[in-house]
Amino acid sequence: MKSGAILPDEAVHSKKNMAFAAIHVANFMVQAVLRAEDEVRADGELLEKTVALVDGTAPLIHVVAANEAAWRAGIQLGMAQTQAQLCGVEIRRRSRGLEKAAHAALLDLGWSMSPRVEDHAEDTILADLAGLSSLFGAEENIAREFARRAAELNLRVRVAVSANLEVAVHAARGFAGITVIPEGEEARYLSGLPVQTLAPSAEALETLERWGIRTCAALGALPMLELSERLGQEGVRLQELARGAHARSLVLAEPPEILEEEMELDDAVEDLEPLAFVLGRLLDQVCARLATRALSAAAIRVRFDLGDAFEKEEQVRGKNPVTVATAAAKTYEKVLNLPVPMRDSKMLLKLLRLQLQADPPPGAIVKITLRADPARPRSTQHGLFVPNSPDPEKLELTVARLAKLVGGANIGSPELTDTHRPGEFRMNKFFAQPNETRARGKAGKKFASGGEAVARRPATGCRIFRPRLAARVELREGRPAKIFFRGLYGRVVTASGPWRISGDWWREDAWQQEEWDLEIAFEGGGASVPVNVPVNVPGNMHAIGPVPDAKVCARAGLYCVYYDGACRSWFVRGTYD
Amino acid sequence: MAANFAALRSKVELALAGRVAAPFNYRDRQEVVTVSSGIPEIDSLTGGLPRGALTEIFGPSCSGRTSLLLAALSARTAQEESCALIDGGDAFDPHSAEAAGVELRKLLWVRCRNVEQTLRATDLLLQGGGFGLIAVDLSDIAPRLVRHVPLDSWFRFRRAVEDTPTVLVLLEQESNAKSCASLGLRLEAGAAGWSQMPVEDAAGRIEDYSRLPWGWLLEGRSARGGVSRSRMQKGSAGYFRGGSAAEPRVASAGIFKTRIDWEFFSLPIAAKRK
Repeated sequence: MKSGAILPDEAVHSKKNMAFAAIHVANFMVQAVLRAEDEVRADGELLEKTVALVDGTAPLIHVVAANEAAWRAGIQLGMAQTQAQLCGVEIRRRSRGLEKAAHAALLDLGWSMSPRVEDHAEDTILADLAGLSSLFGAEENIAREFARRAAELNLRVRVAVSANLEVAVHAARGFAGITVIPEGEEARYLSGLPVQTLAPSAEALETLERWGIRTCAALGALPMLELSERLGQEGVRLQELARGAHARSLVLAEPPEILEEEMELDDAVEDLEPLAFVLGRLLDQVCARLATRALSAAAIRVRFDLGDAFEKEEQVRGKNPVTVATAAAKTYEKVLNLPVPMRDSKMLLKLLRLQLQADPPPGAIVKITLRADPARPRSTQHGLFVPNSPDPEKLELTVARLAKLVGGANIGSPELTDTHRPGEFRMNKFFAQPNETRARGKAGKKFASGGEAVARRPATGCRIFRPRLAARVELREGRPAKIFFRGLYGRVVTASGPWRISGDWWREDAWQQEEWDLEIAFEGGGASVPVNVPVNVPGNMHAIGPVPDAKVCARAGLYCVYYDGACRSWFVRGTYD
Repeated sequence: MAANFAALRSKVELALAGRVAAPFNYRDRQEVVTVSSGIPEIDSLTGGLPRGALTEIFGPSCSGRTSLLLAALSARTAQEESCALIDGGDAFDPHSAEAAGVELRKLLWVRCRNVEQTLRATDLLLQGGGFGLIAVDLSDIAPRLVRHVPLDSWFRFRRAVEDTPTVLVLLEQESNAKSCASLGLRLEAGAAGWSQMPVEDAAGRIEDYSRLPWGWLLEGRSARGGVSRSRMQKGSAGYFRGGSAAEPRVASAGIFKTRIDWEFFSLPIAAKRK
C-alpha cells in the first residue's frame, strides 16, 4: 500500500523530467555558407553581413536565400543575380557541400550533450534531455549550453524546450533565442505562430488562407469534425500540431563513423599557401566536431577535386606525332596517418602542409573534402621517474620536417631483415615507444642493475661506405698485399680471411663474396705505424691481450674489404672504428 | 653618479626586456647530471656524458669514435630513452649497432648528405626535444668543411640543449666546437687485436695455421681517450654530480678495448632479437 502511494509521485516526477530540445538553425543555407568565413567567426555576428545566396545555371541564376539585412536591402526570392547585385549585397553561391557539413555539425552538437538525438530536418534536430539536468541544471541552462556549443561550431541556433517533440520543433522555428515551454502551456505558446510554421501542404495552406485562418490559435479553435470533413486527415493533424497535442516518439539517429567537411572554391587555386587558409578552416571545423564527441582523429584524409587538367597525349597521325590536349577531371587524395590520435587543428595543419609540400597536387584545386577517422583520445600517465621520450605530437611534426629536409626514405628507425646478405636492413617509421617496464632484451640485461654497466668490453663499431667503394687489390700468395682506393695507396699489414659468404642463389640478385679484414698502413704515414702492430709474418703475430700502452696509429686503419664474385671486383665495405 | 648608474641600468633592462629576463642577476650554474657513456674506462676518465650540454668526441679514422657512440646509444636505449643519430656521412651500420646492444626501435636515424642538412636536422631535433641522447656524426665529412661551420651554430646547439635532459654528442675528426663544448674527448687509435684460431685435425692434434690468413681472426682493437676540455672538472666537488658514473679524474688517458662478436653476426635474425 505504501509503495502504491509513492508510485504516482514517481510517475509525475518522471513525466515532469521528460523534455526535448529542438535546435534549429534559422536561415540555414546562408549560415552554412558563412560558417566557414573568417569574418563571421571573428565577430560572431552573422546578421552584420548583407548576403544573398544564388543558385542555378547561367543565365538563370537567381536568389534562393538571404539574411535579414539583405531582405531589408530589397532582396527578394527568385530575383536574378544581376538585379541582386544592384541592391548592394554580397552575393554568394549556394553550396550543398557546406550545407551537408553544417548539418553534420548540427548533429554533432546534439550528440555532444545527449546520446538520444533525432535528425528531424536539415536545419533542425531534436535531443532528449533526460538525465541532463544533473549535469547542466535547469532546462534554461541546458538550452543555453546548446547555444554556446553551437556558437563554437560557428552556428547561431534557436533552442526550444518542451515535453512535446512537435511543439519544441515549431517553437524553435517560430521564436528566436531560447524558449522553454512549461508542460500544459504548449497551446498558449504556439497560439501566436503563423500556420506556415506547421508546414502544411500548399493546398491546405491555400484553403486555410481562404478561410482567414492565419495563426495556430485560430486553427486550434476550429471544430475538429468539420475540419476533418473539409481538409481530411491532414487537417486533423495540423490542428493537433497547433494545439500542441500531437504525440510521437523520438526517432533516433546513429552517429556517423567518419567526420567530413568540404568546401568548393570560387576560383581554382594552384598555390599551396592560400590553400593553407582553407585547410585551416576545415580542420578547425573537424576538430571542433571531434571535440563535441570527445574524440580525436586517427587519420586525416584530404581529397582535392582538380579543375580541368589538360593531359598531353601523343598520338601518332601518319608520320608526325601530334600533341592533343584532353580535358579530364581528376581527384587527388592524401592521407595523413597519425601515430597517436590528435585533435589539435594547428598541429594537423602543419603536418598536412608539410606532406603537401613534399608531394603537391598536380593541378589547380576547385574543391576540398576533408575527412577525419575518429578514434578515442590518447590517455597517458606521466611520472617523475619515467625516462625521456619525445611528445608524440611534437615528434610527428619534427619527423615530418626532417623528412622534408632529407627525404622520407632517409629517416626512421632501422630494422634488421631476416637475411645474411651483408648490410641489409629496412627503415621503419619512428614512433615514440611507450615506456615499458618489461623484461629487457639483450642490451637491457647489461644495465639491469640501476643503470650500472656490467664490466664488459664494448663492441667495435663499424662504419659503412655508401655507396660501396671500388678498390684495386694486389694479391700476393693468395692474400691482399697492397690496396688502392679513394686515391690512397696502402700496404696490408695484417690480413684475415677469406670469409666466404653467399646466398639467395635462386634469385637474380644472388650474392657471393669473399670478405677480408685488413689492417692497412697508408703510404706517407709509415713512420706512425707502431712497431707492435702485427704483420703477417708468423714470428711477429701476436694474440690479443692486455695492451699496456696503446700506440698511436694515425695512418693505419682496419677495413672490411671484399671480393664480389658476381661482378669480379674488389670493394671496401667499411671501416672498424 | 649613483642616479646615473641606476638610470643606465634601467635603460639596459628596458632595452633587453622580453629577450633577457634579468640581465644583471647572477645566473647560478646548475648542477651537472651525467650519464654513463657505456664504457667504464671513459666514465672514470670523464665522469660520464653530461646532460644538457654538448660533448665533443673527436679523433682520426678508426680511433674508436663509433664504438664509443654505440656504447653510449646502447646505454641510453637500455634505459628506455629515445635517441637520435644525425648521420652526416650516412655511415651508420645497424648490424654493428645491434651487436653493440643498441635497441634500434628506440633510435631515430637521420641520413644526411652534407653539413648543411646535418646542422638543420640537429636544430629541428633539439627544438623538438624529448630525446635522451642526440648524436651528430660528422666523422666522415672532410675537416675543412666542418671547420667552415660558423661558431654560432655550436653556440646555438649549446644554448638549445641547456636546461634539457638531453645529452648532445658531436663526433668529428677535429675539435671545432671549442668553448661551446662542455666536454671534449680526444680519441686515438690503438693496436688491433688478432687471435689465432686453434684448429684440430682428425686426430685431435692442434694444427698450426698461423701461416695462413684464415688462421687469424680480428677480435677488436684498443683506443685511447683523453680529455681535451671539461667544464665539470673546474668546479667544486658539489658542482659535479656523476649519476651512475664515477668521479672525474684529471688523470691520464683512459685506454679501452673493443671486441667484435662474430658469433652474433652469424646468428639468424630471430636469435639476435632474443
